[in-house]
Amino acid sequence: MTRGKKTVERVVELMKDPKHIRNIGIVAHIDHGKTTLSDNLLAGAGIISEELAGKQLFMDSDEEEQARGITIDASNVSMVHEYEGQEYLINMIDTPGHVDFGGDVTRAMRAVDGAVVLVDAVEGTMPQTETVLRQALKEQVRPVLFINKVDRLINELKVDEMEMQIRLGKVIDKVNKLIKGMNEEAYNKGWKLDAAQGTVAFGSALYNWAISVPFMKKSGISFKEVYQKCREGDMKYLAKKSPLSEVVLDMVVHHLPDPLDAQPRRVNVIWHGDKESKEGKAMLACDPKGPVALMVTDISFDPHAGEVATGRLFSGSLKRGDSLYVMGTAKKENRLQQVGIFMGPKRVEVEEIVAGNIAAVTGLKDAIVGSTVSTLLEVTPFESLKHYSEPVMTVAVEAKNMKDLPKLVEVLRQVAKEDPTLGIAINEETGEHLISGMGELHLEIITGRIKRDKGVEIVTSEPIVVYRETITGKVESVEGKSPNRHNRFYFDLEPLPDEIVNLIKSGEVSMNQQNLERRDVLIKAGMDKDEAKNVKDIKGTNILIDMTKGIQYLNETMELIIEGIHEALAGGPLADEPVQNLKMRLVDVKLHEDAIHRGPAQVIPAVRAAIKGGMLLAGDSLLEPVQKIQITVPMEQMGAATSQIQGRRGQVFDMQSEGDTITVVGKAPVAELFGFAGDIRSATEGRAMWNTEFSGFELVPNNMVKDVVIAIRKRKGLKEQMPTPSDYLAG
Amino acid sequence: MLTFVGLGLYDDSDISVKGLACIAAADFVYLESYTSRLMGASVEDLERRYQKPVRLLFRKDVELHADTILKAAADSNVAFLVAGDPMVATTHVDLRIRAEERGISTSIIHGASIASAVCGLTGLQNYRFGKSCSLPFPQKNWFPITPMEVIVKNIAQNLHTLVYLDIREERFMTIPEAIDLLETLAGKMQAAIPLYVGVARAGSEMPVVAAGMADKIREIDFGPPLHIIAVPGELHEMERRYLELFAGL
Ligand SMILES: Nc1nc2c(ncn2[C@@H]2O[C@H](COP(=O)(O)OP(=O)(O)OP(=O)(O)O)[C@@H](O)[C@H]2O)c(=O)[nH]1
Ligand SMILES: [Mg+2]
Repeated sequence: MTRGKKTVERVVELMKDPKHIRNIGIVAHIDHGKTTLSDNLLAGAGIISEELAGKQLFMDSDEEEQARGITIDASNVSMVHEYEGQEYLINMIDTPGHVDFGGDVTRAMRAVDGAVVLVDAVEGTMPQTETVLRQALKEQVRPVLFINKVDRLINELKVDEMEMQIRLGKVIDKVNKLIKGMNEEAYNKGWKLDAAQGTVAFGSALYNWAISVPFMKKSGISFKEVYQKCREGDMKYLAKKSPLSEVVLDMVVHHLPDPLDAQPRRVNVIWHGDKESKEGKAMLACDPKGPVALMVTDISFDPHAGEVATGRLFSGSLKRGDSLYVMGTAKKENRLQQVGIFMGPKRVEVEEIVAGNIAAVTGLKDAIVGSTVSTLLEVTPFESLKHYSEPVMTVAVEAKNMKDLPKLVEVLRQVAKEDPTLGIAINEETGEHLISGMGELHLEIITGRIKRDKGVEIVTSEPIVVYRETITGKVESVEGKSPNRHNRFYFDLEPLPDEIVNLIKSGEVSMNQQNLERRDVLIKAGMDKDEAKNVKDIKGTNILIDMTKGIQYLNETMELIIEGIHEALAGGPLADEPVQNLKMRLVDVKLHEDAIHRGPAQVIPAVRAAIKGGMLLAGDSLLEPVQKIQITVPMEQMGAATSQIQGRRGQVFDMQSEGDTITVVGKAPVAELFGFAGDIRSATEGRAMWNTEFSGFELVPNNMVKDVVIAIRKRKGLKEQMPTPSDYLAG
Repeated sequence: MLTFVGLGLYDDSDISVKGLACIAAADFVYLESYTSRLMGASVEDLERRYQKPVRLLFRKDVELHADTILKAAADSNVAFLVAGDPMVATTHVDLRIRAEERGISTSIIHGASIASAVCGLTGLQNYRFGKSCSLPFPQKNWFPITPMEVIVKNIAQNLHTLVYLDIREERFMTIPEAIDLLETLAGKMQAAIPLYVGVARAGSEMPVVAAGMADKIREIDFGPPLHIIAVPGELHEMERRYLELFAGL
């Protein structure tokens, strides 16, 4: 691998020069060919041999990925591309397409500045195409489009040249419509895709060729020729005359921004600290001499080096031995051990990494995915990574052998660090721990890896649905008393309006924001001014507002109140399921004069009781996760497809026919979707193409609530009775 | 009938004769163990002296399950034992209110209190004490500054402050620990405490009393618990002389 080694040297040279760096992600719906494309780009750059590319799926290095033929973990690789006589460093992340691993896309979008969005020419844009585009635009990541599998259009669907152009045009229009709908400002400012401009390319990742308008001009190859050669099956000719990697990487270099250009735009949306501060200025300028601002977007485990944290370095430089601090932790010094970059599955150590690059380091003991790391002790952290989907399913796991009990706890903590979309509840008393994830596959992979990679034999329960609790009415001035009855807390509870919930979900309102900025956004969304300026905590999509004035000792008690709130929100009164969309106004407080009588043991239970009892008074109700389902079937199978949705307490809300197929769109609760894959297969003789996507939490129908609540309580070992306010507010 | 009985300062022999008689007549004897402790006697020592079983009560027994005590008091005689004087530096007023609200008759038999013992051991005049305060062990997310605020206010008005030190299940705050915490708080508030008086094991045969600046007091071995601190305002002549003679000032 002398070429590989040489690449490393060139990479190291280019790393120091942000103007010539492109950080990009490859994103698409499942199976549209991201990994095949990534492999061929690597082959083009000489990192892997051309024969292996696409067949070996170099980027899908995990054995589970190879066996299942899908990408599970995003992977990074750096390569060098020459464009108009200048070398460029391309730091690329190949992401998974399966919805269950969408968290990896969310994280990758934080690390990059541009994205190559792939669309399968035959399937067209699919639900995940839309989702990944939305994620990119939200992070101010600029997209270009690659329409893949054009060979199938010609060889399988046998479309003629004319029809092919129309089809490709349709895909471009559709993607443009999506971009415009998601971010009209960016669309108008030049992010609209345009084949003539060269922000669109098409081709075949599998057969290693592509074309774009600029490349046709440059090389003289014509659309007609491409069509003909593909038709004749002379892929070798095309790969030589119009190589995939050159066309795609030319497009990347020419149209996607370098870090200097991207960072001012991106920092504005992902970091809400003071832009005039030392760290703020450094990030906007991508300054290698400024304080370190590293956002950790991935944590993986290396059997030799231990935990490897990968992330985007927005300012400063990283060297072995540097001392850094992880925000939101006890601020112990973390000393960098190795500093390097990823080349596919391999990590290569380098001397130094400067701002604008994606770094892979060891030694950040306190970091988890999403951490902000700095040389400064105290900086405003980056906006947390908000994944659009939430855990909808849980499995209980237990160690098979007694001796593994402590090891399993350690492994679960590790797993939680690596994948922030997982919810992990450790219960050292019972030894039965809960893992919640995006779906059955997600949980299967995670539990499989605990056995395979971490070597802990575990017993796993059947997956169970995750519910939520929220209130539908209001309550005023609920009183929570401390056990010694000397301290009293009074809350008003009401549902948090949807507009504000959405602002929290999108990260536009958060506790990392400057107070004034947050106040203004909230007022604009319709919140009362007095409330908007007194927000004390935001947890999930719940908000705590302190409406009291001049209460002595409240300041030094506030952290404890927040702790009590968090305990109540972690498990609501009905079924001990997480609470969402709750607005809590603290309206009055009575505190004992002497500190010792208002410590944690007094304040936390009092606040917890007020919130839980109050929720029951305000009509606490149960919500269940619902999936959006899209099924494409031959026309005559339409009935079978709709009844698969309707028969599961579902609802069909759209049907669209195209040619002799029809696409049925609807939704159904996760609780009814177990076994869906098998059922739809047999109902449609295996001719359905379908996918599901998280669509939110909705109220459990009234006539089912009691049964569901009692079943959950029974499973959790709680009293098998509907709870009442006096269970919490007695005395 | 619920009678709060003060056990006095140090061991099983500090109780009053009246208190002993009350215990002798009681059907149930409870000993509260979380606001104060009788360091010089174990529960067995007490049982031996009273010739009766004594049930130890923890915080949750009183705060969350007071019903058990109240039910017993509704139709029999209950003696509720508390080290020191029952209603000083404790929260038992709440229990008495609840009992009275249920129509249970209540009364108090007093015991010697640390609040007055400190005056005797240090010579600091009782009428010159301002508001007292407790100093808790800091916990996660919680390091209240109230104790220091109380001290600062008292000093400003030239009053003494009695500082009760935290008692946890198996941990008693010592004077040196308390000085560290108070000095940290003083640093935060940019205040300074000129003089501390530490008192250990009041009521025992070997109490230790020492006065001085933080650095000096921190180095003194006060021996086993319980410990307490007084922070004096400006000293009166007699108070100074007393501290010189009895507290090494
Ligand atoms: N005919 C044809 N097949 C392709 C092309 N690109 C990819 N494929 C095939 O499509 C399938 C999926 O390719 P991958 O590269 O694994 O797709 P992916 O987008 O990485 O999939 P996930 O990571 O699981 O979302 C494989 O069987 C590829 O061989 C193409 O241009 N033409
Ligand atoms: Mg893939």
